[in-house]
Amino acid sequence: MYFQIHFVLLVSRQGKVRLTKWYSPYTQKERSKVIRELSGVILNRGPKLCNFIEWRGYKVVYKRYASLYFCMCIDEADNELEVLEIIHHYVEILDRYFGSVCELDLIFNFHKAYYILDELLIAGELQESSKKTVARIISAQDQLVEAAKEEASSISNIIAQATK
Amino acid sequence: MNSIFSGTRLRDMIRSIRACKTAAEERGVVRKECADIRASINENDPHDRHRNLAKLMFIHMLGYPTHFGQMECLKLIASPGFPEKRIGYLGLMLLLDERQEVLMLVTNSLKQDLNHTNQYVVGLALCALGNICSAEMARDLAPEVERLIQFRDPNIRKKAALCSTRIVRKVPDLAENFVNAASSLLKEKHHGVLITGVQLCYELCTISEEALEYFRKKCTEGLIKTLRDITNSAYQPEYDVAGITDPFLHIRLLKLLRVLGHGDADASDLMTDILAQVATKTESNKNAGNAVLYECVETIMAIEDTSSLRVLAINILGRFLSNRDNNIRYVALNMLMKAIAFDDQAVQRHRVTILECVKDPDASIRKRALELVSLLVNENNVKQLTKELIDYLEISDEDFKEDLSAKICSIVEKFSPEKIWYIDQMLKVLSEAGKFVKDDVWHALIVVISNASELHGYTVRALYKAVLTYSEQETLVRVAIWCIGEYGDLLVNNVGMLGIEDPITVTESDAVDVVEDAITRHNSDMTTKAMALVALLKLSSRFPSISERIKDIIVKQKGSLLLEMQQRAIEFNSIVDRHKNIRSSLVERMPVLDEATFNVRRAGSLPASVSTMAKPSVSIPNGVAAAPLVDLLDLGSDDILAAPSSSGADFLQDLLGVDLGSSEVQSGATPGPKAGADLLMDILSIGTPSPSPAQNNTSSVDLLSTAGINNNPSTALDTLSSPAPPHIATTASAGGMFDLLDGLSPSPSKEATNGPAYPPIVAYESSTLKIEFTFSKPSGNLQETNVQATFINLSPNTFTDFIFQAAVPKFLQLHLDPASSNTLPASGNITQNLKVTNSQHGKKSLVMRMRIGYKVNGKDVLEEGQINNFPRGL
Repeated sequence: MYFQIHFVLLVSRQGKVRLTKWYSPYTQKERSKVIRELSGVILNRGPKLCNFIEWRGYKVVYKRYASLYFCMCIDEADNELEVLEIIHHYVEILDRYFGSVCELDLIFNFHKAYYILDELLIAGELQESSKKTVARIISAQDQLVEAAKEEASSISNIIAQATK
Repeated sequence: MNSIFSGTRLRDMIRSIRACKTAAEERGVVRKECADIRASINENDPHDRHRNLAKLMFIHMLGYPTHFGQMECLKLIASPGFPEKRIGYLGLMLLLDERQEVLMLVTNSLKQDLNHTNQYVVGLALCALGNICSAEMARDLAPEVERLIQFRDPNIRKKAALCSTRIVRKVPDLAENFVNAASSLLKEKHHGVLITGVQLCYELCTISEEALEYFRKKCTEGLIKTLRDITNSAYQPEYDVAGITDPFLHIRLLKLLRVLGHGDADASDLMTDILAQVATKTESNKNAGNAVLYECVETIMAIEDTSSLRVLAINILGRFLSNRDNNIRYVALNMLMKAIAFDDQAVQRHRVTILECVKDPDASIRKRALELVSLLVNENNVKQLTKELIDYLEISDEDFKEDLSAKICSIVEKFSPEKIWYIDQMLKVLSEAGKFVKDDVWHALIVVISNASELHGYTVRALYKAVLTYSEQETLVRVAIWCIGEYGDLLVNNVGMLGIEDPITVTESDAVDVVEDAITRHNSDMTTKAMALVALLKLSSRFPSISERIKDIIVKQKGSLLLEMQQRAIEFNSIVDRHKNIRSSLVERMPVLDEATFNVRRAGSLPASVSTMAKPSVSIPNGVAAAPLVDLLDLGSDDILAAPSSSGADFLQDLLGVDLGSSEVQSGATPGPKAGADLLMDILSIGTPSPSPAQNNTSSVDLLSTAGINNNPSTALDTLSSPAPPHIATTASAGGMFDLLDGLSPSPSKEATNGPAYPPIVAYESSTLKIEFTFSKPSGNLQETNVQATFINLSPNTFTDFIFQAAVPKFLQLHLDPASSNTLPASGNITQNLKVTNSQHGKKSLVMRMRIGYKVNGKDVLEEGQINNFPRGL
């Protein structure tokens, strides 16, 4: 079966996992093994080397942004250079959303990072090439959540008032 | 009441986890949180679900088990609010995968959400379905998704398109349902929808031949137009990446054109112009542009022959190859591998650059380049390329040497124009990277050397010189000592000098030095040492003048801790010492090894059950002693099969005629059972019945009386015929060897000396096999008992590969001599001597567990039993 991206992995320089997204089926056990193996290889690579590693018949494209490594696993025949662009695309969207994103943003708002990734990739394929469109859809959904929050708080206020 | 205000609580948890100093501390915090979450789940308060799941996702990311939260995802998805659904679907995708049964429960919720009035809820459902749906779900929900491809909002259309790609991957039969919808997407203006639509078409084309035909006919021109528009479009800030308008769309269009053009000349023809335009006009100073060029090159190479385009493509790759960016060079190497298929010459032009890449500091690039180089090699350039690679081998990183040397070896083997060149190159590789070379490589080298009879002298001299410098390269040493053993006389006498050689003076003693060095070096492994020992035996005949020195070296190995070495040393010493008359014929040069058989076997990597070498045609002058001796040395013979520890017998051993394991065949079953016995002994020691004190008393009395009777006659016998079991502590089988070598009758009958004190027993009896034990005591040692076991075949069939194994508790020591034969004819019998030493003599009586293995008509039979009826006092 053909997938462009088998999984996405974000690891910090200390080897902490910040985000994982699996588009091909991997068991929990395989997942932790993959993470361990790959972070070992990637974190130990020198700075000036190319951004691709050949791994178990696949290719892993990775790029470091500040203290975070963004990795995507693809098939041997896929376009590595494009995947680098996809990674950069994702980082730019995160950057816009959080306003110069840093690792802490992704730790405390990890679910936001996932929501954004879900607007970018589905089934391991690219969904949207416009950063603006992604930002618009995310903010529309965030507003829906905010509205629900407000509604809930106003209801709770009414209840609080009534039961005083 | 804080479902939506849970941010603080989630934050608190993340903070406290981050504050942990140790992994144990972190585990503690997580355990406590998980306990709280479980408790909260049990209370089933809908307001906490949101927060619980968020926490669980974080915990999951840290690698802790979170399966207990799976049902919470389903509940959140089923709840009406958008925030709950959003986090519920996220949890579903994170905590579950398509193989979990729980996933089936969500199908109904998904169906409802796909029909939801809020388009963002529909979007969530499509995203989840696209990321984790199973085949069953794909079947159930395909109609909904198909309908959503036509949805009014582009956000839903693009999600539905990608969701469909997953559905058709999971259930290829559904492909035809999506063809029409997919082709409608290709007319879209919205880039997101267009990208996903092109992707869906690509997917359908790879799955279904009909879909491919359909798109080829209906859509090729439209796609070309779209690509042209986007290539020529004015600056669009929304889609611009480094001066290219939407490289992602470019790449997907090129990819789809590739499948449409492949195998169809007309379609290929249509796209020539636009491909040329993309190939020439795309900016190549940024990654985005190069990504497009890369895809374009790939398409050009896949579609039907348009040679002018291919020149263009190869030129682009040439530019890539000289790029300073490692990424670009990497993909260039990757693509050139494909390009070789249709334009070898063009790729050959870049040979020098590619060779440079083999020496790159980047492992990924080196690996690619090495693969490519091995494809570039042909008869004409093999010498030059090999030289470059071998030169590099000298300076390359240690961890690259293994790959590199393996590649060089395979290149050299495949394209070598002549034997002398092959041998030269292999020597260089072994000298530089001998420790990394696999066994089959140096085995092959020995086969080639053996076949190149005119080069024997040259090879052994070259190896001698090499091994002086590179004595730490194990495989080089092995090949060298093999050759010195075989062709030592050629080395010393400078026989068969080639014009290119400088004459060297090597004395016999120098040659032996090399072998001695190999056998005494502490880090030589067993194989090397064994080979050295055989070489020494051979040299003792080739260099009669220093055979005393050689003998000394062999004798030293009698003290080796390696059982086989010790055993061989004893045998070889005996040959050197006492059998000078047959020695020279014994150690004649190996016959030429059969290359064809070796190659067949190497290709199939068959187990070494069949000997690859022709048996040496040794003419033995004295027939009597010769038969066992020949067998002893020509151990490639087929009867190794059953010997327990020789299963790993490898080619080398056959090659050398020193199948170390096969001595077991000669000696019946000795080393095998011994190893087994050690193991069994431990097991047995627990369950051994401890005899009562009363028994002990009587047995000691018995013993005293019998010892007296036994004493004299057996001493007499010992001195007269220097009988079978010589007292060698570590190996029982060595005794057997001695017998064979010395031509003594193996088991002098001891019945007479036994006296009536120990009546024979029937140790074991089954319907097919009976075992009788008779006992005798050697003089002077009360603890020892000699047991002669007689195995009687009660069946009408012949037993082959007969092996008797025995195990005793720890207080006993057991030595097994070889059996008189390993074949037990119908109604016939064989005998085997055992020596038991009872360290608790007088306190405990003998007990033994045994196992008998043999083959009847090729079928393995195993019998087991315990012997408790030993006469008392042994």
